[in-house]
Formats: sequence, structure tokens, C-alpha cells
Amino acid sequence: MHQSTLAQLSAALESKQISSEELTRLYLDRCKQFNDSLNCFITITEDEALQKAKQADKQRAENKHTPLTGIPVAQKDIFCTNGIKTSCGSKMLDNFIAPYDATVVEKMNAAGFVTLGKTNMDEFAMGSSNETSFYGSVKNPWNTEYVPGGSSGGSASAVAARLTPIATGTDTGGSIRQPASLCGITGLKPTYGRVSRYGMIAFASSLDQGGPMALTAEDAALMMNVIAGFDERDSTSAEQAVDDYTKNLNNSIAGLKIGLPKEYFGEGLDSNIAKIVEDGIKELEKLGAVCKEIELPNTELSIPAYYVVAPAECSSNLSRFDGVRYGYRCEDPKDLSDLYCRSRGEGFGKEVKRRIMIGAYVLSAGYYDAYYLKAQQIRHLIRDDFQNAFKDVDVIAGPTATGTAFKLNEKLNDPVSMYLSDIYTVSVNLAGLPAISMPAGFVNKLPVGMQLIGNYFEESRLLNIAHQYQQVTDWHKQIPEGFE
Amino acid sequence: MSLDKSEVQKIAWLARLAIDEQDIPNYSDELSNILGLVERMNSVKTDGISPIAHPLELPARLRADEVTEKDQRDHFQKNAALTEDGCYLVPKVIE
Repeated sequence: MHQSTLAQLSAALESKQISSEELTRLYLDRCKQFNDSLNCFITITEDEALQKAKQADKQRAENKHTPLTGIPVAQKDIFCTNGIKTSCGSKMLDNFIAPYDATVVEKMNAAGFVTLGKTNMDEFAMGSSNETSFYGSVKNPWNTEYVPGGSSGGSASAVAARLTPIATGTDTGGSIRQPASLCGITGLKPTYGRVSRYGMIAFASSLDQGGPMALTAEDAALMMNVIAGFDERDSTSAEQAVDDYTKNLNNSIAGLKIGLPKEYFGEGLDSNIAKIVEDGIKELEKLGAVCKEIELPNTELSIPAYYVVAPAECSSNLSRFDGVRYGYRCEDPKDLSDLYCRSRGEGFGKEVKRRIMIGAYVLSAGYYDAYYLKAQQIRHLIRDDFQNAFKDVDVIAGPTATGTAFKLNEKLNDPVSMYLSDIYTVSVNLAGLPAISMPAGFVNKLPVGMQLIGNYFEESRLLNIAHQYQQVTDWHKQIPEGFE
Repeated sequence: MSLDKSEVQKIAWLARLAIDEQDIPNYSDELSNILGLVERMNSVKTDGISPIAHPLELPARLRADEVTEKDQRDHFQKNAALTEDGCYLVPKVIE
């Protein structure tokens, strides 16, 4: 049963083949069995989950349910969950009990999802390996000596190991897509503003976007139908009408125009990964898609621009953690400055402090034009690159990450090298576009993802292509050894 | 760009982050490396290009100036380290 997709679980619940309580117990048992080795959960909410599952069974018995009522889910620990610890992977929030639900959580609860727990993540979503978490690194189920990617590494690892049928993630510079690629699952970063950021602890507010991490594109579409939409509590929420994301899944992709950016297949890309992505593109061609080479000339500038914009916004957002209203507070502060400085110095981990300091520096008097303004101008160029490309093609395809999962501790002390590996994902966030990563093969028994980037609000098209691809390939059906 | 010890201390103070004296050389190296990466931006001319802060450049939404939230002070203060009579307590500021 734990190998099932959302659609299959929905059918099993509908036909009374299994109850939500039984299903929830099955997944909770797996979570408890494997969490010691994978460390993908910070909190497992067993009592709340069982209570919700019983309620779901009652709703089904009374015919007051949605197709997803009673299906388990894991929430990334960046989403506020009322009455449940919400740590964001940080010592700073180790004692924080969220006093309200994030909109995403509220919508999923209303649809009847049963929350199994809160997944591990890089501290405040800052990282690409899930090694910056206060709660320790998450392991990749394909090889537990390797990282799962980040920052949504706990969600990716949990879905890949079938400890939950689906999970939420957030993506500021690739944090849904890169771990999805490294763990062999499907992850969708929606258009900026498509999914509410209310109650999603802010890292870089003009880049952050929540989305599904799933076994299949169809499952991602089912979750998108629940979480997407306008929210007046998020000031940058898009007022655009929401698609039925399952509606176009079965459309043919014959005639689809795919752009292949030459900058995504050049230097820096592992040749084994390039081969797998090229094979994936051939599959799409067999389905009738037509490919052409395109240019995204400012791709290389996306990393430096991102590492100005994201730290600047992070230093501003994280100034709220002051040791006064919530979160960690240092012992015996001698005065107010000491309270602020030591609470923050002791409460934040190394990578978070680095980024806050970079942000404070680039925003400080005299440096604004050279850094922040310049980065925002480059952001304009990057957005224009994509818009020019979309005049000729419907979607853009390429690799999600420069390589497969790497070994734990391999890049931890070299932040710049870690940052550079985000080259294929960050420009999408700077431009605010939707993109999906889907499993496309393996190198040395480690999964490889292929990325599709769409124009604004074209999640439906991306899900359609990914679904069609998953009808003719079985990479997404592979299960890591020991987790069958 | 290379940051010396006093610059690292200044940035840490701006960000209200207490950092250990012994960690300063490490921060100095790492922050300098990151700023080195960031300076690759200078390889392109951006004169006359308008900066964008938001990918879709939508105007900020306005709403009526009406009370929409109810008072939940006690509920929210449960997460505070120290409160008294509905106030947050901090070390004495004025002697």
C-alpha cells in the first residue's frame, strides 16, 4: 500500500479497501521505523494524525469527504502548524509552538489530509544539502552516505522512502526541485504568488514559493488543486484564476515546442547527467514534441545576483528574531543589545549567520547601488531572457542539478562551491516562473532529475508534459533498496 | 573584495549578531569569497536597465482600513520567554 500514488490511495479509501486510520498507522509505523536512519522528520505527530484519521473515516462514512480525505501528508517544518512545534530547522525556533496554521496547511486540513509530521530542512531553508539543520543532516534513501539535497531534503527523502505519499516543500533558489532531483521524485515550484506564503516562515520574500513534492506529476496536480489560489493574507498573492491542474494531464504533447538553452548543457554539467537529460528529451520528441536550441545569455549572472537578493531579503526578514517575542533567548543578558546579539548569535547556525551578514553588508550605507540595485537590474535581464525565449518555445527543458547527490560533508565547508551548484534553478526564482523536476534516470545508482520551465501560470502545462513523460517511462516508479 | 577584521565586526554589529573572536578570520575568508562571487555581476553593463524587486511587478494591493484581526495577545505571548501583565520583558534600558 505504501507504494501507492494519491490517486490509488483515494480509490482504496473510496472502495473501503482500507480505512484512513489503517493507512495512517501504516505510514506512521514506517516513519518511526526509518526516521533513525534517514532523520527526515523533526516532529512526528502521531496522536494528532490518528485523531485526524478517525475523523476522516467518520467523514467518509457520512459522505462528507473530498477525494483526498484521509490521505497522509508530511509538512515541511517551515509551514506554521497550529499548536505544533514549527522549528524551521533552527535552534532559534526549537521552542516555537505555532499559534496559527499557514494557509497551505489550513487548505490541506480542510481537504482532509492527515498530517504525519514536520519534515527536516536546512535551517531557515538556507542550504542545498540539508546539512545546515539544527536537527542534523537528512540522509538520502538511495544511499545513506549521501545528502538528499536541500532545503526541502526531509520532504524529498520521506517521499522517496515512501514514509509519506506526498509532502510540501518550499523553493527559494531550487529547494523543491534540487532535492526532488537528488531523491528521484517529482517536485513542482509554482509561479511566484500562485501558492500563499501566509504562515510560511519567510526567507527571501520575493523568491519564496511553496509547492508539492510527490511520486508523480498527477499527485503534484492533485495537491496543487488544494493549495493554489489567491489569499488576501499574502500581499503578493496572485489574483489570477486557478486551473484544474488535473484537467490537461492526458492531453497529447504533439507539436509542443521545447527550448534547450545552450547555457544549460555546457561546461559545469556532468556528462552522465547531460546524457540522461538528452535521453529524456528524446522521449518527449517521441511523444511529438519539437526541440530547438535557445539562448539564456545571462544565466551565469543568476548566481551572483541571487546571492545578493536572497541574503538581503533574509537579513531583513530574520531581524524579527530578537529573543523577545518568540524563539530562543540567551541566558542572563546584561543589557538590551546583549539580549539581541547573543540570542541571535547563539540561536542561528553558521550558514544563516553568513547570509545575514552578507545581506547586512550589501544593504549597508554606501554599498546599495553596487550590490542590491545592480542585482535587481540583472534580475530584469534574466526575466527578459526567459520572456524572449518564450516567444519561440512553449517550455524550456534541461537538467535540474549539475550532478547527482554528493557525499555528506563533502561541500559543507565550501559555501561558494555549494552555491554554484544551483545554477539551473535560481534564475527561475529570480524570474518568478514555474518549473518542475521529474525523475529521468540514474548515475551510479543515484537519481537524476530533468527540469521543465514554463511561462507564468503554466503549471498545468508542465504537469501535463511530466505526466505524459511518466506514462512512457518508469524512473518515477523506482524505489530505493530497503524501502520497498 | 576582502573584508578585514574590523569590517566583519561592523557587519556583525549591524546585524546584531554576537560572533566569537576566534571565528572572525573564518568569517572574513568566507564572506570575502562570497562577495568575490557576487562581484561577477560587474561583468555586465546595466546602465539604463530598470531594477525589479518583484518578478511580476504587480502593484501593492490596498484594502479598507478596517479591523480584521481579533485581540490574541495572550495566545501569542505564550511563545515569549518573559512577559508580565501583557508586556514583553527585556533588560532595563533606562537607569
